[in-house]
Amino acid sequence: MSPFSVVLIPFVGAILIALAGKRDRLRDGIGWATAIAFFLAVLGQLGPVLDGAGREQLLLEILPGLEIAFAVEPLGMIFALVASSLWLVATLYAQSYMKAGGYSHLGRFFASYAIALGAAAGVAFSANLLTMFIFYEVLSLSTYPLVAHSGTENARRGARVYLGYLLATSIGLFLVAIIWTWHAAGTLDFRPGGIIEGNIDPTWVPLLVALFMFGIGKAALMPVHRWLPSAMVAPAPVSALLHAVAVVKAGVFCVVKVAVFVFGTDFLVSTGSGIWVSWVAAFTIVAASLIALTLDDLKARLAYSTIAQLSYVVLGALVATPLAIAGATLQIVMHAFAKITLFFGAGAIQTAHDKKKISQLDGLGRAMPLTFGAFTIATLSIIGLPLFGGMWAKWYLLSGSIDAGQWVLVGALLTSSVLNIVYLLVIPARAFFLPSRDETAPAGIREAPWPMVAAMLITATCCVVLFFRPEPIFTLVEMLLPASEGFQ
Amino acid sequence: MSYHFGNWPPPFGIEYRVDAVNALLALLISGVALFLLPWAKTSVNLEIPERQGPFYALFLLALSGLMGITLTGDAFNVFVFLEISSLSTYALIAHGQDRRALKAAFRYLIMGTIGATFFLIGIGFLYAMTGTLNMADLAERLPEVRDSNVVHAALAFIVVGLGLKLALFPLHLWLPNAYAFAPNFITAFLAATATKVALYVMLRFIFTVFSPEFSFTAMPLAAVLMTLAIAGMVAGSWVAMFEVNLKRLLAYSSVAQVGYMVLGVSLVTAAGVAAGILHLFNHALMKAALFAALGTIYYQIGSVRLTEIAGMGRHMPWTFTAFALAGLSLIGVPLTAGFTSKWYLVIAALDAGQPWLIVIIMATSLLAIYYIWRVVEAAWFHDTPEGAALPNEAPLSLLVPLWVLVALNFYFGLDTRLNVGGAEAAARTLIGGAP
Repeated sequence: MSPFSVVLIPFVGAILIALAGKRDRLRDGIGWATAIAFFLAVLGQLGPVLDGAGREQLLLEILPGLEIAFAVEPLGMIFALVASSLWLVATLYAQSYMKAGGYSHLGRFFASYAIALGAAAGVAFSANLLTMFIFYEVLSLSTYPLVAHSGTENARRGARVYLGYLLATSIGLFLVAIIWTWHAAGTLDFRPGGIIEGNIDPTWVPLLVALFMFGIGKAALMPVHRWLPSAMVAPAPVSALLHAVAVVKAGVFCVVKVAVFVFGTDFLVSTGSGIWVSWVAAFTIVAASLIALTLDDLKARLAYSTIAQLSYVVLGALVATPLAIAGATLQIVMHAFAKITLFFGAGAIQTAHDKKKISQLDGLGRAMPLTFGAFTIATLSIIGLPLFGGMWAKWYLLSGSIDAGQWVLVGALLTSSVLNIVYLLVIPARAFFLPSRDETAPAGIREAPWPMVAAMLITATCCVVLFFRPEPIFTLVEMLLPASEGFQ
Repeated sequence: MSYHFGNWPPPFGIEYRVDAVNALLALLISGVALFLLPWAKTSVNLEIPERQGPFYALFLLALSGLMGITLTGDAFNVFVFLEISSLSTYALIAHGQDRRALKAAFRYLIMGTIGATFFLIGIGFLYAMTGTLNMADLAERLPEVRDSNVVHAALAFIVVGLGLKLALFPLHLWLPNAYAFAPNFITAFLAATATKVALYVMLRFIFTVFSPEFSFTAMPLAAVLMTLAIAGMVAGSWVAMFEVNLKRLLAYSSVAQVGYMVLGVSLVTAAGVAAGILHLFNHALMKAALFAALGTIYYQIGSVRLTEIAGMGRHMPWTFTAFALAGLSLIGVPLTAGFTSKWYLVIAALDAGQPWLIVIIMATSLLAIYYIWRVVEAAWFHDTPEGAALPNEAPLSLLVPLWVLVALNFYFGLDTRLNVGGAEAAARTLIGGAP
């Protein structure tokens, strides 16, 4: 199967879903069929990649040298696998959540959802910056109706901020960086070792790095992070899949891809061009964690935690030693599984008990043991403790920063882990150990509908499994790094 | 290709000449007319219920005027055809339903006549100095008298006169009202052709007749054009952001887009001129599609004000989707025709060593996103005004031609052989100096 047909599957599915419209069973059936077909198609790309011959495809040439083309390589494969597998779980969750919440316009909702996934796959499989940019913008646009879904003034304002930030940065900075690259290098192709070296005066490279890193607004590097909390007005499945996985991960995926295949890791290390932006990332990590501490709204706190965790990837990509790149890539995977669990949890709490604030959660652990159990596992994974997948990411990021002698970054990473304990672990702790403040609450277990609980348990289990069996991902990561330097 | 009227060999007789530059333009004008006319019938039936015969006759007159300007190789002929097309255009604009159309047409008449007169004065000067009106012959003879003030004055008169017809900022004042109050079909046609032809004539005179060595060294023409282009881009986009009448919104956007074309020309490189001509071609495509979409909206709703289209996207999804897609082309999103010309423009600016222009091009593109987005948001995400009649989807006789126009925007964004190849060939011809 050619990469483009994989990308097309969700788009075709979206059309069918939109046509099914209000017929619930038919629409949900198509939703499942699309998600499963998409996952299998992505899986079908894995074999050739492991053989070292990922499929390539030239769709069309717009102008001489300016192509819409696809190429599957290990990094894109990892991102596509994460997005497509989590879409399955999210389908389970979203269909149940949207019905339990009494939302309308579900045809539009699930169609946009599918388009967003297709766009994410397009970003993952793109063979050059132009193709990546196109799908990046499709992703921004297709998620606007999802963020604004409830249609209230508040939702609309949030969605406008969301789209405004993403479009302005992508066109004002990202596209400028792409044009500059084209002008200097004469190509936009992703090539191992990069295309910048020797084409741009090294004094200007840090500026180009900055244009890319801030231009990829989806990576939420401060100060272009404001869209992420704004997008939290969206229904929980959107926050979960899109703002913990597809959208933000598309952002950091682009960051890693640009670092490895446009600048080239050796070039970044030898010139140190990325270092000052990595300090911005370090600042973002600490600042976002501190802001998260002060927030009482559960989803807002998770949003700021996401901002911090995304900057881990940016930091790793710009330190650019093999270990750091490995850490950044692993962080994309590990954080996706953990954060989607947390957002699922937030949505489940809202569905079952209509609570949005952390201060209202006291004692709720006894009513929702499964939810908060999953929540705890995901939290521990994000902190990076052993027994949970998140540890691998933190481990390699730290080793990479130490290798590079970047002690400021090491400090930021450690500080952030401590802050994580304070602002994230406190949530399940309060739920389990504090007495309930709400006297009228009926005793006994009251969980969200079973599909939602099942979805959370699956992703939480994955967090643990990824600690014990990370080999498949390690294999792909290793293929990404220079052959001479193993990283394990 | 060269055709001699009455078999009088040039420079004694009138010569018609087709080369890479005007071939592309002639194709564009006749193509736009071809694709717009099927759409026009339904729209015109509503807006001009009576005396359609004269109306269509005037339209054909305007069309042949524009074609004549494009194809002729004779400077005075350009003026004659300019007047033919202009006079019929004034009358066409006055056909608008709104009484203010009369005032708009009158204003255009005054400004247009001033422009044409300036142009005529310029040609008169040239004739006085050289004794010929044939463009090729002029190009040969002008170098002998290039130091005379009369020739300098001629260039200035011609550029200013054409700047008026072209709606180059700040000579654009006639345009917004003329576009806003003309019948929708005429607006779409004019937006796609009239200003383009004026730009073509300007290119022809600057490059072919006067030769770039003269035009850009005798006078600081490049600097003047660039300044005005940038001012037009910024001011036009800025005003468009706050405009609530969508036809005026697009009209101001046209002022900005003319700025892009002139900006390309003002770089005085082959790449820059190619970018300008490419944008000329592509902009005709997008504005034809956008104004046709507005005409369709007007046909169903009876208004193109932002407040009155609120929420209508759900009732007329095909029409508004067409508008949004054509809007993407206007913004310059990849895969659309608009992208190729902006891309060329930016690369040309870089090649010419003017990277700061990127900032302006990007900034005005962002403004374009904003004003197109306002329409999209109003159409889909605002509630319909209370008491408004809910429209149905437009009839197929409007929708099919409209979507063909939209499809052209995407076709020329993907298969760029005709427009990019044509523009590059045209630029080579112009810069090469060969008439």
